Amino acid sequence: LNHIVEQVKLLDRFSNKSVTGTLHLTATHLIFVESNSTSAQEIWILHHHIASVEKLSLTTSGCPLLIQCRNFRLVHFVIPRERDCHDIYSSLLRLLRPVSYDELYAFSYNPKQNDQQREEGWQLIDLAAEFERMGVPCDQWQLTDVNREYKVCKTYPRDVYVPITASKPIIVGSSKFRSKGRFPVLTYFYQEKKAAVCRCSQPLSGFSARCLEDEHMLQAISKANHNSRYIYVMDTRPKLNALANRAAGKGYENEDNYSNIRFQFVGIENIHVMRGSLQKLLEGVGTRSLSMTDYLVGLENSGWLRHIKAIMDAAIFLAKAVTVEGASVLVHCSDGWDRTAQVCALGSLLMDPYYRTIKGFMVLIEKDWISFGHKFADRCDQLDPDPKEVSPIFTQFLECVWQLTEQFPQAFEFSEWFLIQIHEHVHSCQFGNFLGNSQRQREDLQLKERTYSLWAHLLSENQNYLNPLFSPSFAESHPVLEPSTQAYHFKFWRNMYNQYDRSMHPRQSILKHVLTLQESNRELEGTVQALKTKLQKFGVNTSPLKPQTPPRECSLPPRPQSLILGAPLLSRKEVQQEEDEEVFGEEAREDAPASTGGERTVEGSSATENSYGELMGSFGSKNEPGVVTLEFGVARMTC
Amino acid sequence: MEFAELIKTPRVDGVVLRRPFMPTVEGTLCLTGHHLILSSRQDNTEELWLLHANIDSTEKRFVGSLGTIIVKCKDLRVIQLDIPGMEECLNIASSIEALSTLDSVSLMYPFFYRPLFEVIEDGWQSFVPEESFKDLESMTDEWRLSEVNKDFSVCPSYPSLLTVPRDIDDESLCKAASFRHGGRFPVLSYYHKKNGMVIMRAAQPLTGTNGRRCKEDEKLINATLCAGKRGYIIDTRTIAVAQQAKARGGGFEQEANYPQWRRIHKAIERSNVLQDSLIKLVEACNDQSHSMDRWLSKLEASNWQSNVKEILTTACLAAQCIDREGASVLVHGTEGTDSTLQVTSLAQIILDPACRTIRGFEVLIEREWLQAGHPFQQRCAQSAYSNGKLRSEAPVFLLFLDCVWQILRQFPCSFQFNENLLIMLFEHAYASQFGTFLGNCVAERGKLQLSQKTVSLWSWVNRPQELERFLNPLYEPNNLVIWPSVAPQSLLLWEGVFLRWNRSTKCLDEAYQEMVHIIEYNKELQNKVNSLRRQLAQLETEDKMVADLK
Repeated sequence: LNHIVEQVKLLDRFSNKSVTGTLHLTATHLIFVESNSTSAQEIWILHHHIASVEKLSLTTSGCPLLIQCRNFRLVHFVIPRERDCHDIYSSLLRLLRPVSYDELYAFSYNPKQNDQQREEGWQLIDLAAEFERMGVPCDQWQLTDVNREYKVCKTYPRDVYVPITASKPIIVGSSKFRSKGRFPVLTYFYQEKKAAVCRCSQPLSGFSARCLEDEHMLQAISKANHNSRYIYVMDTRPKLNALANRAAGKGYENEDNYSNIRFQFVGIENIHVMRGSLQKLLEGVGTRSLSMTDYLVGLENSGWLRHIKAIMDAAIFLAKAVTVEGASVLVHCSDGWDRTAQVCALGSLLMDPYYRTIKGFMVLIEKDWISFGHKFADRCDQLDPDPKEVSPIFTQFLECVWQLTEQFPQAFEFSEWFLIQIHEHVHSCQFGNFLGNSQRQREDLQLKERTYSLWAHLLSENQNYLNPLFSPSFAESHPVLEPSTQAYHFKFWRNMYNQYDRSMHPRQSILKHVLTLQESNRELEGTVQALKTKLQKFGVNTSPLKPQTPPRECSLPPRPQSLILGAPLLSRKEVQQEEDEEVFGEEAREDAPASTGGERTVEGSSATENSYGELMGSFGSKNEPGVVTLEFGVARMTC
Repeated sequence: MEFAELIKTPRVDGVVLRRPFMPTVEGTLCLTGHHLILSSRQDNTEELWLLHANIDSTEKRFVGSLGTIIVKCKDLRVIQLDIPGMEECLNIASSIEALSTLDSVSLMYPFFYRPLFEVIEDGWQSFVPEESFKDLESMTDEWRLSEVNKDFSVCPSYPSLLTVPRDIDDESLCKAASFRHGGRFPVLSYYHKKNGMVIMRAAQPLTGTNGRRCKEDEKLINATLCAGKRGYIIDTRTIAVAQQAKARGGGFEQEANYPQWRRIHKAIERSNVLQDSLIKLVEACNDQSHSMDRWLSKLEASNWQSNVKEILTTACLAAQCIDREGASVLVHGTEGTDSTLQVTSLAQIILDPACRTIRGFEVLIEREWLQAGHPFQQRCAQSAYSNGKLRSEAPVFLLFLDCVWQILRQFPCSFQFNENLLIMLFEHAYASQFGTFLGNCVAERGKLQLSQKTVSLWSWVNRPQELERFLNPLYEPNNLVIWPSVAPQSLLLWEGVFLRWNRSTKCLDEAYQEMVHIIEYNKELQNKVNSLRRQLAQLETEDKMVADLK
């Protein structure tokens, strides 16, 4: 299998621009190589990233092929011969619907590491150590072996933490009263107030059913915290949804049956609403010649930012209950693996500065998403697709974190490129971490033996994801983040949803600039030291250099060639060239009344690019320089 | 008139000042002829000094004998004063009302303000048209400086010296002036060194319904074209609006009479529409109770971002004609004092790296706004809290600043100045101790004798101590044309102005400081390395000399 089609045109999504090149179809990637030898742009699209392929009807210039990717890339090829187009189309259809896990890229991907390195990669994140960091086990919380064999709950990890007073019969009884057996367990322990964040699924209460073991279970959680007489039970669903569930024998906790609980709905919509919302959002921001009005109306109608705000509001509620009131909180939704994961993870991140570091953020994802069974395979459409199961739940979590980085630029060790890179790999199926729906399934697949860990990969190049403004002392002054949830603080995340639409991005990046300076500072510090040593040989003693920034522990390897930060740091000359070759986001909308009569000075080909208005096909000339690629994606990395 | 007549109660004790995101201050309220002052008379609490001219509107409320005045300022801030005593409160309110709406320009604060700093460089003398003409002369001899408007009789809103094509005599200029709205005949706005193309600006031609023409006007603008070349006329109005203007004696250039020009219509809104847009936007930003949907819908309904996009797009189009198409451009709308200036000045920021320095930006504002006759006094008489009875207020200049900010956001390393300079200009255009933005045109400023009786804003800004605040630490001079993206996703709400008083910026400010710190540390290290290298090189040479001697 290795199709090669030449003379393929790649059309720009927002302008009438196009480039010609060769299309290669390999077992893992669809690759477009621009013919123009000077700029030679390359686009690598991983098959797993392709969400849909569409063959449009034949035009005079060829057969259009529209490819939509899960990382929000949209490419539009025009293939000269229909036959070639059909071949590519049908091959892709086959390739992007793997039927078994073995076909996923992770099982063939080999970063040239030996077994030992691979194992070390998987050992980087240790959840037992994480619970220890939180101060668990302790006098009130213990590790239980009740789920060692996945007998009580198939979608939970083997190791779960419960109150000391919750005996096995209570746990088992409670699990029978909860959807999918997901009984209340500890996910975060706020040591300072001994308050716990627990998670579970909805109770099978119907209209009147009750379960004494479950009631005991909640009481045990309550008793484990001496600081508060009550616990909060947060049902993250809208009340209507929870009511509707009662008819199906599920539902929510009746306050009369549980002593000392404070029950609260927070109104986050379900996976279907979120899927539709993202769809609408993308349709809006993917429109050509988008007017400001349509953009803002589209943003509003999609409801996307409203949902993001709802998740943030819930997380803030959780963090306040724990840190201010010192109360323990039990969070659930229906199954307890979507909204519950969002709220628990985001809430913990607000409370604990550790989760705002690179390593800590990995731990957080490992704990609240991977180990507690967020169904990555279903939600991200990895295998055996059921379109009704797909939903951007994890993407929303990443976006909430991004919104926080905008309000607190110094609170996070990582920059948004870290979030975008994680998003990329949740869908890439290149690493084993996100494959499957639960820990049990991952063990069955022997992922640790057969695939590599994303975390090791990201840590190995963490200098690309650093936030240069990160201040460790910020965590001391702001152990708990208190973001504002005024509507105007929520912004559209252009660098995520329009990440491949380069023309929309600022042409000079402050982030990149400051990162470069920081790197340069480290080098200069080294040079200063070296010079001083030499001077000492001459008997000259210079005053010791006072480092103004706290020295970083890691030493920096040279920046690799093709990383998400936008390729190697460009030299001054290249940057200039690039700026000079700006492509514009605006399209011709209406033709100006053409001037009548008179000959026109046409010195060369017509200007078809860079159009802010009605100059299309008008007189005038210029030589279009080739476009320098500055890929935002990881195209090259994934090969 | 004495200010004392307007101040019935000059001073009230026990007044409480409330501002969002700032601590409450209790103290003594004093009214002077030009300021509202609130001081707690304690060392470390901030005093409030508010220019009456900065007050856009006031509201008063009473609960028992405790009165509350809500003061809404032109810089968009809203403050609340709780004043004990009904009579005091009423007196204060009516004084503020009267003092903030003084009609006579000569009673304004700039005429009373005496600088506490030494004027090193007089801003009134900093920008002389002859100087910029010298630069032009060094590049081309196609242009001359005309004194036809020496006594402001040809065009009252133009300055006395104008740059026009060399081959057009003053008599033709007068005729062309009679064919243009307000006498604003086409004059040079910008000369593009790279290819000799120019931006000219004017007001609409007075073609009327029967298609009047004017040979001199045609000759004048054709004189700016090189042989065989063509140009673009950018009319900032839609074709429909331009058509309607004919009925009132205005109009647009007919193709038949201007065969060498191609006309493009854009849709920049008229001033009253823009004022409405500002009012709606600020209302949306100030309502903290909005749900997400309501906020987005209010933001959309204000149309502010649409206006920004349209203005920026038109400016990019003009710049594109010049730099990419190699064609000269004539820009006009109706009067040529609003949208025209937005377009010509923004195009220059895109095209000309000099305009992205502080000095160059000052020159641009001086030349394309103040000298070019943007009626600041009229446009900035009221801001977003104006209610009813608007005359000709419009945030034309603020929109320009917003567009500059958008470009600055997209090219954060290409400007010598930072956002603070833009915000400062917005403030001073609406209320200031300096005379720079008083009056509506050069002629009026002359009559007011501003240069003798008031201090220029530039005298203050250009002091090294002040300049510091406006410098962009990321600046690296860049000689390129910078093409901003005008996609809606790329244009942001200017939070620095519109959310300025509605959010806490502590975290953002600290992050900015950290960035400055990294940049400065880099410079310091580089200096250190250089000096050590020199020291080492010297020692090595000495060493070698010693060795050689041996």
